[in-house]
Amino acid sequence: MSAVIEYAPLLWQGLLTTILVTVLSGALCLVVAFTAGLARLSSHRIISWPAGVFIEVFRGTSLLVQMFWLFFALPFFGIQLHPLTAAVLALGLNEGAYAAEVVRGAIASRAKGQTEACIALGMEPALRLRRIIIPQSIPAMLPPFGNVMVDLLKNTSLVSLVTVADLTFRAQMIRSSTGQTTAIFITILVMYFVLSYLLTLLTSWLERRYALDRKALAAQRKESQLMKVGAA
Amino acid sequence: MRPSTEPQPLATPVDLAPDPVIRFQNVSKNWGSNQVLKSLNFEVAPGEKVSIIGPSGSGKTTILRILMTLETPSEGLVKVDGDVLWDVTAGQKVRETRQMRETRRKIGMVFQQFNLFPHMTAMENVIEAPIHVLGMDKAEAKARAADLLNLVGLGKHMNHTPPQMSGGQQQRVAIARALAMRPKVLLFDEPTSALDPELIGEVLNVIRNLAHTTDMTMLMVTHEMRFAEEISDRVVMFDNGAAVESGPPAQIFKDPQQERTRTFLRAVLQH
Amino acid sequence: MIWDNNFAVSVIPLLLEGLWVTVRITLLGTLLAAVLGIFFAILRRLAIPVLSPAVSFFVVFIRGTPLLVQAYCAFFVLPAYGISFDAFTTGVVVIGVNYSAYMAEVYRSGIQGVPKGQWEAATALSLPGARTWSRIILPQAIRTVVPMLGNYLIQMFKDSAVLSAITVVELMATAQAIGSSSFRYLEPLTLAALLFLAISYPASRLVNRLERRYAPQH
Repeated sequence: MSAVIEYAPLLWQGLLTTILVTVLSGALCLVVAFTAGLARLSSHRIISWPAGVFIEVFRGTSLLVQMFWLFFALPFFGIQLHPLTAAVLALGLNEGAYAAEVVRGAIASRAKGQTEACIALGMEPALRLRRIIIPQSIPAMLPPFGNVMVDLLKNTSLVSLVTVADLTFRAQMIRSSTGQTTAIFITILVMYFVLSYLLTLLTSWLERRYALDRKALAAQRKESQLMKVGAA
Repeated sequence: MRPSTEPQPLATPVDLAPDPVIRFQNVSKNWGSNQVLKSLNFEVAPGEKVSIIGPSGSGKTTILRILMTLETPSEGLVKVDGDVLWDVTAGQKVRETRQMRETRRKIGMVFQQFNLFPHMTAMENVIEAPIHVLGMDKAEAKARAADLLNLVGLGKHMNHTPPQMSGGQQQRVAIARALAMRPKVLLFDEPTSALDPELIGEVLNVIRNLAHTTDMTMLMVTHEMRFAEEISDRVVMFDNGAAVESGPPAQIFKDPQQERTRTFLRAVLQH
Repeated sequence: MIWDNNFAVSVIPLLLEGLWVTVRITLLGTLLAAVLGIFFAILRRLAIPVLSPAVSFFVVFIRGTPLLVQAYCAFFVLPAYGISFDAFTTGVVVIGVNYSAYMAEVYRSGIQGVPKGQWEAATALSLPGARTWSRIILPQAIRTVVPMLGNYLIQMFKDSAVLSAITVVELMATAQAIGSSSFRYLEPLTLAALLFLAISYPASRLVNRLERRYAPQH
């Protein structure tokens, strides 16, 4: 264990990098998911077809191949990305392609009656999506989104292979300089496990927070409190 | 010659029917080889309360869905309040137009399955479209919504969401939501068919009230024969994609002229 | 010209060799995962003190940690305790064990989906436990999970690229090796991507069809 304690500051930096990569590519993943997922649902082929190709290509090839491609092959087109940029782009686009299918599925499975009610109220397609269909679909999206985010977190370990100094990268460094393989790897396994557990907790908190009737329950609580105040 | 001190009365036509608010002219609707509407001609006068009755699959609901632009007619002309809603020649591919969107603003609809927005409270359901479609001020929309929810007897349930309400309450919210858009024509698509028997009455009461107190045009597809008889100015019997018979409720229910109407009424009024 | 076509053509045979290794890893890994997964699922269901919770924790732990780090553990840690295989075997075992944790969940839901009446009927016929599992419960449970197993097979095919980090010379490692020896990464990496796509896209279409065929019949 001595190596772990001695190199704790390095591991700490690695942890921060892992979290940074997770947050940045998680944000990109969400943007990609909604853009590609909604585009996939468009009735205009010019919009839905490219989205479909994007989703299938990024789901159909390995994340590692994509990351290496962005890092090693893109320079042949004169574009040299910073390792962190290449890593975040690959993670965000890859996991975003998976999450786009989540968005598409959740929205496509909304009851037809909701769209009909919107039409009857004169709501235009963009307004329907923004105010009615997407907010309703969020609760159904949250559990699969949680899975995507845990996957994303675990896949951040691949960024070490394009020289981003994350937790796995630091562990490899410490291993080669101290030889204390077991202690180092058990430590980072536990750290990753704790991170994914925290992500799971966050997801289930969000699920409760955005459950359909929660808002109403909160409103009722407020109401009954007001009544109590009034009575007192 | 007598000096014309008084203005001459204009010649009054014998039959001064007001321009219809709804007009179907040769409207057909096909599902594959199945003809749901067969070259239908049908008119509703402003303020008229019309009930459409008939066996399931007779095309009754299709009329409402075409008016709400939820379905496209295969052929024919539909006008609402003088404006063209549909003008389709057979085999033509139809796209949604601005004209269509403007015209359908005059129509509201109450669905069989309520179709309330489950992630919003009753109040939010009612103010949603007035604010975001009509551009109404939020405070004003809320005040009006409160009035409407009181009108349907749900003043105490404004902050409840659909999952917390009974079917009857949900349908009453749906009626308030439709009214908030101030439609000229309100469509009811079997508004009580999805309800438990003990909840039907509260919804019918609301609709009855509207029928008696407003000059809104109401077009209702229903299986509640006694209710149709009570509130309608006119009842239309539908079968096989065509209007078989149309007339005042007293005539349709007490003295139907068509054999098809008689069999249908005998079957549904038996119990 | 950015893309060197002659070079691209010349590296295809090497890449296909790599692809063949990837395919073998995937098939063997899936086999291992499918078998281990059943054992994990049954062990959890039997609720044996200590053992069942331990299996549950193992499954959750595997699912909560990166495949790459698990591979490093097997590659660097195990030999320190005298357990060592060649890279290929280590790779198959690592990815097989990793996926068995996911498959255990799939089996679990499949087993839960078997109606209670099936268990009761087996009891009523006094079928012994092993017979009930092997002839009554598992055949019905597996039927509903076949498409999910297919999805994991495709996922493993793509994930196996991670094993290049522990010197398994599969498709990804081959592409990388060609790149570093020729200083041309564009062609091998692009071709590797296309080869992955060429197999996984039709395969996922096939699994979609299976999904419809094996959908629970009611």
